[in-house]
Amino acid sequence: MAYSEKLLDHFKNPKNVGTLDKSKNTVGTGLVGAPECGDVMRLQIEVDSETNIIKDAKFKTFGCGSAIASSSLATEWLKGKSIDDALEIDNMAIVEELALPPVKIHCSVLAEDAIKSAIADYKGKNQ
Amino acid sequence: MSKDRLIYLDNNATTPVDPRVVDTMLPFFHEIPGNAASRNHPFGWKAEEAVDYAREQIANLIHADSKEIIFTSGATEGDNLAIKGVYEMYSRKGNHIITCTTEHKAVLDTCKKIEKSGGEVTYLEVKPDGLIDLEQLEAAITDKTILVSIMFANNETGVIQPMKEIGEICAKHGVLFMSDATQAVGKIPVNPKELGIHLMAFTSHKMYGPKGVGALFVNRKNPRVKVTAQLDGGGHERGMRSGTLNVPGIVGMGKAAEIAKNEMDAEFKRLSILRDKLEAGFKEKLEEVYVNGNTEHRMPHVTNISFKHVEGEGLMMTFNQNIAVSSGSACTSASLEPSYVLKALGLGDDLAHSSIRFSLGRFTTEEDIDFALEAVSKGVTHMRDLSPIWEMYKEGIDLDAVEWAEH
Repeated sequence: MAYSEKLLDHFKNPKNVGTLDKSKNTVGTGLVGAPECGDVMRLQIEVDSETNIIKDAKFKTFGCGSAIASSSLATEWLKGKSIDDALEIDNMAIVEELALPPVKIHCSVLAEDAIKSAIADYKGKNQ
Repeated sequence: MSKDRLIYLDNNATTPVDPRVVDTMLPFFHEIPGNAASRNHPFGWKAEEAVDYAREQIANLIHADSKEIIFTSGATEGDNLAIKGVYEMYSRKGNHIITCTTEHKAVLDTCKKIEKSGGEVTYLEVKPDGLIDLEQLEAAITDKTILVSIMFANNETGVIQPMKEIGEICAKHGVLFMSDATQAVGKIPVNPKELGIHLMAFTSHKMYGPKGVGALFVNRKNPRVKVTAQLDGGGHERGMRSGTLNVPGIVGMGKAAEIAKNEMDAEFKRLSILRDKLEAGFKEKLEEVYVNGNTEHRMPHVTNISFKHVEGEGLMMTFNQNIAVSSGSACTSASLEPSYVLKALGLGDDLAHSSIRFSLGRFTTEEDIDFALEAVSKGVTHMRDLSPIWEMYKEGIDLDAVEWAEH
């Protein structure tokens, strides 16, 4: 299976790998997937509570190259977005950007789930 | 990593054709073009002579009579012919077949087809080391059992089943014993008569011969075994397998068998040393490395290793520009199911998803192993730096206690 240059670049040089302090109220954490399924994605956002803008995003992913590239791309897209705009990110946009083959579409779905889950966690903390 | 270095450690998928085999085959494409079944001219005679010679070479490798070698297109066809052929030929005797869960799909799917047509199949579970339980095997035999089909050596783990003991159980109960010996023939001593094997499928392209040709050993004496042909036609191969013989392929397989026999002892030792070096190297460089399957009863050239908390397919992507291996993870399929063979060993899905199979071969050098050790270890470290579950494991979190959002 030949992968796109963009996908390979995100895989080899993933952006925003790391961990944010999940105990902080400004940080939302999404942990989706399961080791049994072959992929686990943890995506974290740090939000400016004044403006609702995502200041920082980090990820760690256990999974195939497409899962890693999808999460790396998602963190890139999240930074600088308002949380409302972030909720609009659609998995198909990730599929297009990385030219994911059909068997890998679930990786983009997982990334979208991780974004939504991280935002829900943030909102839950700041009701 | 250098761009041009390419290392092949996927010899269980297929082996490169030995150049000596290629040289032997070449005249049979143009200079000697005959059909081995043409009995009335020198072209046919020469082709037949070459096929007879190859049959001898192959029979010699497995200590059989050349009349017991039936040429096929490969092991998948051999498995199909043996199992379906026995099922049809011995239908008056019974309809029950025993096999095991770690067999190749060519055996498992053939058995499923037989179940659909009214046969009964018992799929024996394997122990955590990959070996079948002989007591379970014996207990599964009924008065309807006609065939036991157990593979010689597993393609994913290299684990070798206790063939002699299985043969004795089959003999005791008067049941035919068939073995898919694809991964074993040419690499370790295989003697079906001594082991009580009545039918044995194998193929040329796993022993440095060409693809598209294989053989089925069919025992001729005590008992004389027969199989119902699965292809109708000219009645070649003692009526068991019609179709014009693939003369260049057969000549190549014969030469490959001869070379394998001559070089087996030295290769066995050389490959065991390299394989052990690879395993020891990973264990020295990395934490949480597990070798899957029995490490005593196994092939010299294969190792199946789980690098915990790293997904195999992703790991492969870190080095697959330079090193070819196989992964037990099947994240490419919609089901996300990892290897059924590893799961049958009782491995958790997480470890099965983390596995890589390294299969060495005749053209593997020590430098290849050193290079692979370096590159794969680097890949594992890279992937673990990216892995949330590695981080959780390092923090001492019990991963089994986590409620995963399964999808």
